[in-house]
Amino acid sequence: MNARHVAGILLRHYYLLRGSPTRVLPTFAWVAIDIVLWGFITRYLDSVGPSGMDFVPTLLGAVLLWDFFSRVMQGVTTAFFEDVWSRNFLNVFASPLTIAEYVSGLVLTSVITSLVGLLVMLLLAGGVFGLSFFSYGILLLPYLLVLFMFGIALGVVASAMVLRLGPASEWLVWPIPALLAPFAGVFYPLSTLPAWMQAVGRLLPPSYVFEGMRAIIAGRPPDWSALAGALLLAAVQIVAAGWCFARVHRYAVRSGLLARYSAESVS
Amino acid sequence: MPDEPHRGPVLSVAALRKHYGDTIAVDDISFAVRRGEIVGLLGPNGAGKTTTLNMVLGVLEPSAGRIVIDGLDVARHRAEALATVNFAAVYAPLPGNLTVWQNLRVFGLIYAVPDLRTRIEQLLEQFDLQTFRDSKCGVLSSGEQTRVCLAKAMLNQPRLLLLDEPTASIDPASARELRQMIRAIADRGDSGILWTSHNMHEVEAVCDRVLFVSRGRVLLEGDPRRLPAERGAASLEDLFIRVAREPLSFGAGAGA
Repeated sequence: MNARHVAGILLRHYYLLRGSPTRVLPTFAWVAIDIVLWGFITRYLDSVGPSGMDFVPTLLGAVLLWDFFSRVMQGVTTAFFEDVWSRNFLNVFASPLTIAEYVSGLVLTSVITSLVGLLVMLLLAGGVFGLSFFSYGILLLPYLLVLFMFGIALGVVASAMVLRLGPASEWLVWPIPALLAPFAGVFYPLSTLPAWMQAVGRLLPPSYVFEGMRAIIAGRPPDWSALAGALLLAAVQIVAAGWCFARVHRYAVRSGLLARYSAESVS
Repeated sequence: MPDEPHRGPVLSVAALRKHYGDTIAVDDISFAVRRGEIVGLLGPNGAGKTTTLNMVLGVLEPSAGRIVIDGLDVARHRAEALATVNFAAVYAPLPGNLTVWQNLRVFGLIYAVPDLRTRIEQLLEQFDLQTFRDSKCGVLSSGEQTRVCLAKAMLNQPRLLLLDEPTASIDPASARELRQMIRAIADRGDSGILWTSHNMHEVEAVCDRVLFVSRGRVLLEGDPRRLPAERGAASLEDLFIRVAREPLSFGAGAGA
């Protein structure tokens, strides 16, 4: 892997963000709106719920962690879409850049943009609504890592889908986090769901994060084996996502899809 | 780029084929581009020129055949081979939301160009782009955008330069300057250039050799200044029209 090649992809997105406030705003604006909305909802629930009930770490924490995952995923897909929108595929893929270097560039871009989003979320949730992430203890770090890894894996798969199905399929990508949220048990235990939805949920690493988060808030000991399983599952999914992107790219090169992509991008 | 330059042809294409199901886009094409040579790839729309270029650039996989760039097989050493190539095409503009400088910097990193800042300054001067260095490419005129694409194509001082209708959107004066510039690059002797154009006067002025392609096959090959007379045509344009209209009389379809 050539670091200069990866730096080229990263630099391109840095230039785009630096020169365009409309690109910077979404890195934190939507998550900030979510935090404000759910912050007031939890405040209201705390006031009408049984005495001693604290919805802040349960609901607001869940919203924050889910938004973090969504931002990571969209960080990858948006970076990929920039090449779709600017009809840049031929310039990128007819260069010495390898697929691993290209995808690494997208992932690093997502790391930076999602960390900005996370920082804003933490400041807002902590400063305005009193959410302390120290209440989750040291487990917060592996939880964030699981969400980050799953966000990367899903972002890479979603990019592969757009490469395979064409620019118009971009609109299938945006609702993916909303589609997965019911299965991941963001706001309720997996046991609430019917059996088939629980089966799907167990394939989603974030479901173990939210189960673990609720356990900590309820004062139960964390399930270390579930956490290790979630990390392993997310790692396997990242490898599978990279393989999927490489396969789709290979198909696009073989079928002529990649060569035609620039023309289709403007249709 | 490799330290020890390969001394054979800069591009060698052998028995290249591309088909999509029953449709044959390129049918058993073989040719070479030598160092210091500008080869014109001519033919009507849909003849297979861009398909051939796309295969050389590694964005389209051949159904059969072999492409060797500067001694490197593209199928087996894609990244190394493409490090010695670059291209400019009207259908591949650089991102319009980056400035000229930013685009050259990004692609300079992707092509791992040494001493990148100096190289960019040289190219801005060479292609008369200093005034536009901080302008976003999307707001430039089509001629200016072409010059930026050509500057990007020259970033890594490629051994093989592919130019798909490079002068299609620029005025005659700029086109002449550009032709002289590209001719000078070829005359240095390290690089070979594959050039497609529909402007036969330009091809006659620039190319050392031309390949007429129709229906995915090379029908004629030769010196663009002598070929029309050899084939009983009044001019290269006349010959082009005959090849486009009557490919069968030049051997297209034989053996297909």
